[in-house]
Amino acid sequence: MPPVVVARDLVKKYGDLVAVDHIDLAIGKGEIFGLLGPNGAGKSTAIKMIQCVSPTTSGRLEVLGMDVRSDGKEIKRRIGVAPQENNLDPDFDVIRNLTSYARYFDIPQDLARRRADDLLKFMQLTEKRDTMIEQLSGGMKRRLIVARALINDPEIIILDEPTTGLDPQARHLIWERIRQLQREDKTIILTTHYMDEAEQLCDRLVIMERGRVLVEGLPKQLIADVVGDCVMEVIEPDGDVADRYFRNAGMKVERSADRLYVYSNECKMINQEFRNAHPDIYSTIRPATLEDVFLKLTGRGLRE
Amino acid sequence: MINIDRGAVAVWRRNADVFFKTWKTNFLPSIFEPLLYLVAMGLGFGGLVVGLRYAGQPIEYIRFLAPGLISISAMYGGFFECTYGSFVRMHYQKTFDAMVATPVSLEDVITGEIMWGATKSLINSTIVLVVIMVMGWLLFPEILFTAPTVLLVPPITFLAGLMFASIAMIFTALVPNIDSFNYPFFLLITPMFLFGGTFFPISQLGAAEPLAYILPLTHSSVLIRDMSLGTLSYIDTIATVYILLMTAATFYLAIRLMKKRLTK
Repeated sequence: MPPVVVARDLVKKYGDLVAVDHIDLAIGKGEIFGLLGPNGAGKSTAIKMIQCVSPTTSGRLEVLGMDVRSDGKEIKRRIGVAPQENNLDPDFDVIRNLTSYARYFDIPQDLARRRADDLLKFMQLTEKRDTMIEQLSGGMKRRLIVARALINDPEIIILDEPTTGLDPQARHLIWERIRQLQREDKTIILTTHYMDEAEQLCDRLVIMERGRVLVEGLPKQLIADVVGDCVMEVIEPDGDVADRYFRNAGMKVERSADRLYVYSNECKMINQEFRNAHPDIYSTIRPATLEDVFLKLTGRGLRE
Repeated sequence: MINIDRGAVAVWRRNADVFFKTWKTNFLPSIFEPLLYLVAMGLGFGGLVVGLRYAGQPIEYIRFLAPGLISISAMYGGFFECTYGSFVRMHYQKTFDAMVATPVSLEDVITGEIMWGATKSLINSTIVLVVIMVMGWLLFPEILFTAPTVLLVPPITFLAGLMFASIAMIFTALVPNIDSFNYPFFLLITPMFLFGGTFFPISQLGAAEPLAYILPLTHSSVLIRDMSLGTLSYIDTIATVYILLMTAATFYLAIRLMKKRLTK
């Protein structure tokens, strides 16, 4: 897969704050690539640099083989962006949101109208064709933003939290469309806070924190490498019997408000032994997920 | 600066599309306001005015006032559009963010907005001109402008509109919130409205007359009045040069300040 986005030693500073701190990325053509991380990790900043709306501070960034510093206009012509924040045009109805947006790409109006109608069908919005934006539900607005991102038939599609706040039906529709776009050989760059979404969709992903890339890899591989096959959860709201038990056994545990997490490939056996020793404390085992990777790497503290 | 191309036209088109979607409600104020002014100020107040002279000739007050109304609407058209209008699109609707994610550059957006502001000046003041001519034909022969130079008035209002829209855009780039536009309106627009050679000749200001020439509106109102009445003089050349220079300088500054505000 030839890379379509290459970042080398990429840095973005806002005054003293380093939002993106010397990262390297290579996103291949046709990939669904996930950018994960807690709020303030630098995902959106990285995306804004890739889409050429935020200038880089230092380092190299190439998109579709072009330098973002000199070829912004041409890059923007060939990518599509569905931003996190709703910036649909409230002065227009649904169809004109697409056709007026097409004009910014200098797309002839008859072609724009045809594409707009196809995209409304694709995102199941045909019935809302002549509805004003304020009358759309949150899910319809997100679908329209994704449709709008496709109006210029882009090679790279950037989806910044495309499913935040959506009901399960709308989420699944968007997932399915993302896979369909991949079959059409599009490259998709995705940010999300939903780990199940990332695990299902992404071919490859990075987890960022404080402007740095913590890990990079295939979702399954990351789970196996960072957490192991399975996770044991122990619920012991008051008391530290379990805590002491594992510490004495020399095992690493993570603690949240009311439970302990034991990450190990042998957690089936560990769970059995623990139950024998403390039959009165509730414990369970489950397969490890990307969420465990995420929490293990970025900690459980709240981010504001 | 060189980053301006067809994108600016697309931005202009977007605003024009929105405007003409509801053109009936948009045109009404432009028609009724000058009517009210002509009747109240021109007839009511003007009846008290005797011995008024302009360009060395005696002149009826309503004939002096009418071109002033065109200048005022040219000023308000561009200034309103590129303060409140642009700020709403930039800050509340995030329309600028959506545009710059496409090949449209930030310079295109600002240029398109300013061109649209000037277009609003042109539309509004041309409506005022038409209202004046119709009134002149039907009721008040004093304000029927017959000089051929009156045909230059619409392009001049567009040029003046570019100037006022650019000045407005500077404030839009600087204000922290929408309420802050009270300051430029109170400190700049209202003084111009009153002292910019619109309701009385600036010679009435006596020793303060040169100060009036600092105000942008003084120049556009001189130019519009002289073209309407056909009373050309060397001052019109100065006014034209002033407007061109002021437009170039404020346009440049507006783009610089907007880039500073929006590039992150």
